[in-house]
Amino acid sequence: MRVVSAAGSRAVRAPKSRRELRRRLLNGLGVVALLFLVSWVLFFSRGTPAGPAITEPGKFFVTLLDGLTVAGLFFVVASGFTLIFGLMRTVNMAHGSLFLMAAYIGIKLQQTMVDKTRNIEPADVSMAAWLVPLFAGALIAAVIGIVIQQVLLRWNEGQELRQALITLAVSVILADQMLAWFGGLATRMIWPGAVSHFFEIFGRRFATSRLFMLGVAVVVGVALWLWLERTRIGMIIRAGVDDRDMVRALGINILAVFAITFFVGAFLAGLGGVMGASFAGAAPGADGQWLLNSLVVVIVGGLGSLKGAVAGSLFFGLVVAFSPAYLPERFTFYSIILTFVLLAIVLAVRPYGLFGRPA
Amino acid sequence: MSTSSSRLALVAVTIALVVLPLVSSGFVISFLMTRILILAIAAASIVFLFRYGGMISLAQFLLFGLAGFMVGNAVGEAGSKGLKLGWDAWVGVIFALGICVIVALVLGALASRTSGIYFLMLTLTYAIIGYYFFGQVTTLSGFGGITGIRPPPLFQGHPWRLYYVALGLSLAVYLGFKSIARSPFGLALQGTRDDPVRMESLGFNVPLHRTLAFVIAGFVAACAGILNIWWNGQIDPTSISIGPTLNLLIIAVIGGISYFEGAWLGAAVFVTANIYLRNIPLLDQIGVTEARFNTVIGFLVLLIMVLSPEGIMGIIDRFRYRKQGVEPPVPPVAKVGVG
Repeated sequence: MRVVSAAGSRAVRAPKSRRELRRRLLNGLGVVALLFLVSWVLFFSRGTPAGPAITEPGKFFVTLLDGLTVAGLFFVVASGFTLIFGLMRTVNMAHGSLFLMAAYIGIKLQQTMVDKTRNIEPADVSMAAWLVPLFAGALIAAVIGIVIQQVLLRWNEGQELRQALITLAVSVILADQMLAWFGGLATRMIWPGAVSHFFEIFGRRFATSRLFMLGVAVVVGVALWLWLERTRIGMIIRAGVDDRDMVRALGINILAVFAITFFVGAFLAGLGGVMGASFAGAAPGADGQWLLNSLVVVIVGGLGSLKGAVAGSLFFGLVVAFSPAYLPERFTFYSIILTFVLLAIVLAVRPYGLFGRPA
Repeated sequence: MSTSSSRLALVAVTIALVVLPLVSSGFVISFLMTRILILAIAAASIVFLFRYGGMISLAQFLLFGLAGFMVGNAVGEAGSKGLKLGWDAWVGVIFALGICVIVALVLGALASRTSGIYFLMLTLTYAIIGYYFFGQVTTLSGFGGITGIRPPPLFQGHPWRLYYVALGLSLAVYLGFKSIARSPFGLALQGTRDDPVRMESLGFNVPLHRTLAFVIAGFVAACAGILNIWWNGQIDPTSISIGPTLNLLIIAVIGGISYFEGAWLGAAVFVTANIYLRNIPLLDQIGVTEARFNTVIGFLVLLIMVLSPEGIMGIIDRFRYRKQGVEPPVPPVAKVGVG
């Protein structure tokens, strides 16, 4: 801080410190970059797979909806990850494995329910034959999650690195066992017939099933928010995120709260798994990919914050949808780099994510 | 153990490894020993970052693979994928190391302001993005990968040659990392591990030290990666996907993630188990076959993390101190992450 003399009254309005100057510079750069991106998508993106939004509104809206639906799925999976971390400081490296486990179980159960193992048509699938596997898969993932927590994580609370490596070992074992039990071929859940059609938006077709998935994600998000904001247990969890020891000192059985939180976090991974299996199928390697997706969401949004999970999912989902559509055709393959650019920008400005704070 | 006896052990192990080719088969030298040494050098860079900087990096295998891809693009000729620049093998080495140092600098600078578990997650993200990058960018590799890469003529031919290169590099890396501990940079780095806030207020640039450490570790991982592509002759994105990335960390964890010796020990256990697990009688009757290698390794890591987070070297150390009747010093693993 510079001491401002009475004579130099003009200096009062000048930036007071380097930090202030840096903040203004970054804000300015951010505005310029945003304007560039918006005008690029609206007017100048000729020669890209999608084309300028002004002349091709259909492709723009389809891309936007794609981004939002993917963001919805990202949110369901990553909110479980961030919930567990927020309260227990456990980075659950087996989160992707729980996702894939629920996906496989959902697929198997659906095949049993429609009594067919291949060539299942959406017409064969009633709403129940999708919802029952959804909850069954999620429930089994949640049970596996709580077993992991009770057996392997309960007694070494606070040792972040050790817990991360323990869940890492669990994920290696689960991935190998799933390969043995469910095979190496990609399989998928079938959407219920009721939502398996298309509707038109500015002359472009869009799958209703994706909107249905977005709807499920919004319902999950709202339920989670109500649970955390309006119930007693949610209140305890929020208090525990801020100060675990104080909650414990108030006579609350925090170990039970930990168990419940891990159960819910793994349940969310499972819900996401069955939804993801309907959206993109399930195959070995999906566990690592969904661990990555959760990591990107929480690194962008900030660990342990539900708001951060929403923001991170939206940013990541939109980047994933827009970058292949609006990069010049020769560079479409490079769209993965834009995910990295998003990470880099957020980290450079806020090392602990948009809504995060140092642990 | 006193310094002189550990020096003696180092000399004895080195001599044993130098004369090993005289008494063992080409298969053991090429497929077992050389592989162990290459992976151990890369794992040693994880140990370096953890032991002196308190950072667990999962990006080391990315830099390992990046060096391989860069060599492949630089020296590849017609027939193989990639840029096919057709350069001299040694120019390719310098090119690959240069690119790796630049990439490590950028990645390290971005990650240097985070620490602990955030650093782990961020470097894991780097690793997976790197995998997709080389898979999707077909001008550099594509999922098929690059094949038909040969080492410089000096190292071609007999498998002994590459083995001795790996052995020499191992020794250099081991001694180099040990000597960094006593350098002013190494001391400052260990300070940033123990108390970053105090180091900051003493005027040290903490992110800069972390970034430089990341670059050094990246350089070493890249050296191992170059040896790897000479040894293997090919590289594809699957070989740097999440599984192999985690395997390198597992190697460091099995040996003991805060012991340099642990990197070589862990690699020896890992590679030997990988090759010889099927030869152990009766194992296949309880459902443990070669195909379930990952389950075995997973349980091994789980066991180590539950019983002794300091790995094999930690167990050895504990016995050594018990024999002398001294309390073992608190290992860094126990310090990081508590609280």
